[in-house]
Amino acid sequence: MAAGGQAINCFVLFCLAVACQGASGLPLLFARSSAAAQRFSVLLMLTGSCAGSAAALWSLTSPAPVTFALISGLPFGPGSLGIDALSAWFLIPVFLVTGASALFALGYWPADRHPETAARVTFFLGLLAASLSALLLVRHLVLFLVVWEIMALAAWFALSTEDEKPEVRDAGILYLVTAHLGVLVLFAMVSLIASLTGSYLFPAPGSLPAQGGLASAIFLCALIGFGLKAGVMPLHVWLPSAHANAPSHISAVLSGVVLKVGIYGMVRIFSCFATPPPWWGGTVLILGAISGVIGVAFAIGQHDLKRLLAYHSIENIGIIMIGLGCALLGQSLASPVLATLGLAGALLHVLNHATFKALLFLGAGAVIQAAGTREIEVLGGVGRRLPRTGLFFLTGALAICGLPPLNGFVSELMIYLAGFTSLKSSPGLMGALPVLAVPVLALIGGLAVACFVKVYGVVFLGEPRSPEHVGTGDPPASMLGAQALLALVCVLIGVAPICVARPLENALAAYRGGFVQQALVPMVPFTWITLLAVLLLMLAAGAALWLRRRTGRAAATSRTWGCGYLKPTPRMQYSASSFGSLLVAWFGVVLRPEVHRTDPAGSFPGPAAYRSHLPETALERLFLPLLEYLYEKSAPVRHLQHGKLNLYIVYTFLTLVVLFILTTR
Amino acid sequence: MTALADQLLVLCLLLNFAVLGTSRLAFSVRAVALQGVVLGVLPALVHPFSWHLVAIVAGIILVKGAAIPILIVRAILKADIQREFEPFIGYIPSLVLGAIFTALAFIFASRLPLAPEHEGLLFVPASLATLMCGFLVLMGRRKAISQVIGYLLMENGIFIFGLLLAEAMPVMVEAGALLDLLVGVFVMGIVINHISREFSSLDTSRLSTLREE
Repeated sequence: MAAGGQAINCFVLFCLAVACQGASGLPLLFARSSAAAQRFSVLLMLTGSCAGSAAALWSLTSPAPVTFALISGLPFGPGSLGIDALSAWFLIPVFLVTGASALFALGYWPADRHPETAARVTFFLGLLAASLSALLLVRHLVLFLVVWEIMALAAWFALSTEDEKPEVRDAGILYLVTAHLGVLVLFAMVSLIASLTGSYLFPAPGSLPAQGGLASAIFLCALIGFGLKAGVMPLHVWLPSAHANAPSHISAVLSGVVLKVGIYGMVRIFSCFATPPPWWGGTVLILGAISGVIGVAFAIGQHDLKRLLAYHSIENIGIIMIGLGCALLGQSLASPVLATLGLAGALLHVLNHATFKALLFLGAGAVIQAAGTREIEVLGGVGRRLPRTGLFFLTGALAICGLPPLNGFVSELMIYLAGFTSLKSSPGLMGALPVLAVPVLALIGGLAVACFVKVYGVVFLGEPRSPEHVGTGDPPASMLGAQALLALVCVLIGVAPICVARPLENALAAYRGGFVQQALVPMVPFTWITLLAVLLLMLAAGAALWLRRRTGRAAATSRTWGCGYLKPTPRMQYSASSFGSLLVAWFGVVLRPEVHRTDPAGSFPGPAAYRSHLPETALERLFLPLLEYLYEKSAPVRHLQHGKLNLYIVYTFLTLVVLFILTTR
Repeated sequence: MTALADQLLVLCLLLNFAVLGTSRLAFSVRAVALQGVVLGVLPALVHPFSWHLVAIVAGIILVKGAAIPILIVRAILKADIQREFEPFIGYIPSLVLGAIFTALAFIFASRLPLAPEHEGLLFVPASLATLMCGFLVLMGRRKAISQVIGYLLMENGIFIFGLLLAEAMPVMVEAGALLDLLVGVFVMGIVINHISREFSSLDTSRLSTLREE
């Protein structure tokens, strides 16, 4: 009874959280430009986040899954909600990131400065957060689709907040189209599952046989439908423009959480199958490797700060998919160590990516607000005017590169370990695949470091490149507080990963009810990670102290060394394009960069110019031409839609007659 | 009693042809109104007496025979249209098609899996034939008012089918059906108003500019 009582308490807390989040947009609807109303709505969001996080942490410590049949009158059977450690694990980033984003919005999108859009963005942020939380609790497939659709639409309204700009409208429409294509595939998946199990409830973990065409069809539908939401390459086409054009705190939620529910869907559906065939894991792993490497390669070539971060989301989804692929392969090869490490890495990276990517997007938002642009090529020297934002951004950047002592390192290490495990034990071609994860992860990590050296170096260091985008100063406390919270989580998980070990084990146990449960602690060297992290932090602190004392002594300032140039200007600095050009050229076969250049010629050269642009290759070279082709080929069919009402009625009539003939025969 | 009911149903079928074969809108409305009155009388003939039945009969005759026709006649007067010129399907072809559909309705009705006590009755084919004639009017005419008349014919067809079940029909269902009809007419009334205001014409074939390119 004690466990039951706790479950009910948790459930009540979750309901309170969802209600608070959902209602958080209401105050501003009644007082559109009132700062007090905005503060109240942020308070509601934070209350929701606190209640929800408490409940999620609580249910992570007690692994027993609980299901409630709540709404009974639905046409597809009783709508049930449930809590288990897997849901709770995904709920933590939801509450963390949406809470931080709402707090950030207080300074970033204040109601008195944006009277016409603040109500809209606040309302839909609340609705998005509520639907995300509810989505993870739903245990009924049709209800899941309903909440999924609410989430997709709320995200659409939130991301197209500035819909007077044409690029925002384009991004919104692209998002809407791909989101609905994904839902279409999910509809197919739901009906396939229902035809396999005979009910619309989520199947119990490990209860479905994975052999046969139907199971494969479900797997592929889940991969495509959820992959479209998660942004797995080549289904990522909506992601860069949507993230770049949304308000920054919405981008943080999109990248931090909305992509993750795609991963959640995959994990949840895959968990229903007993022993998946090896090609499932192989497919997921290879897709992950492609997303990871190509995603970060695209990121290097970007000039738009938020677009760059969006491509890094694709890269990190790739890393998560690599871990998930290892887990599936571990299941099919009967290697519990591989499965446990792979899934643990994937799940931990879900949380980690949510925190550091949200942190980076919020930092980008602070930079954009201070400097008035998101074009990297005209930013520069922002770090000197926004020192705290610079520090938080640096934390996020180190974390995303997978460097110790931050959290990205821990989860990537687990996936590395999974790959190495497979090197020792698993035979055959499919057994060799997880080994592939190791060099791929190393490549991704190296490229990510290059990319963030570029971003941090160009945006935060150096001299301002244009006088109008110098940056004013650190943002208000609410924006800094949101970033500090996320940075704190990054450091905490990085320094003391042992505190996530127990919840992670429970989440793994929830993945498969009867799965051979392995304790994480002996497999992952948590103590060494902590030691290394503490050592690094002490070294960094020592170096900083030493530098400060040194510079404190010799405080003389002078001009930067001019390299013999008479008139050095800020335009002589390394630009983002020049920094990335070598790496972009290496990946030129896939990236297809567009370069427009006028080389200097002759002894007394005239003005020269160089401009490079990295298009969204998959969209512009693959999907749009394909759609264009289909559009041309479908011209005869489109004649059916001519706008003549009478002929439409003829269609209806003919359909009726045909149905009549077919059914009465 | 059934003999009389059958004769009335045949009258309904003939009224369908009257609607199909005329170009004068006022005459069509009157024909549909008459059909409504006939349909209103029918339940009294096929079901045993009860006050509930009386209420049904009175309601139907009032709504179908008086209220809706008056609404449409007013619309005709207001829009100042007397005739349907240049229909998509001419009057003679309409009549021929109507005859074919009526024949088809009898064939379909004989194949429908009906309850044994309903087999061999004229209700089912008459209902299907009226429904299809309504469709024919919808397909063949241009004017929005003709379209309303087509909807009314269709509703009458559905109503005839419902007569088989009138005893089992709870009051709510009847109210719902009538409300449905009324809403349909209102919607069409609004559509007519808007068409004539926006396009200065009640010709639905001009609506094709509303399609997406």
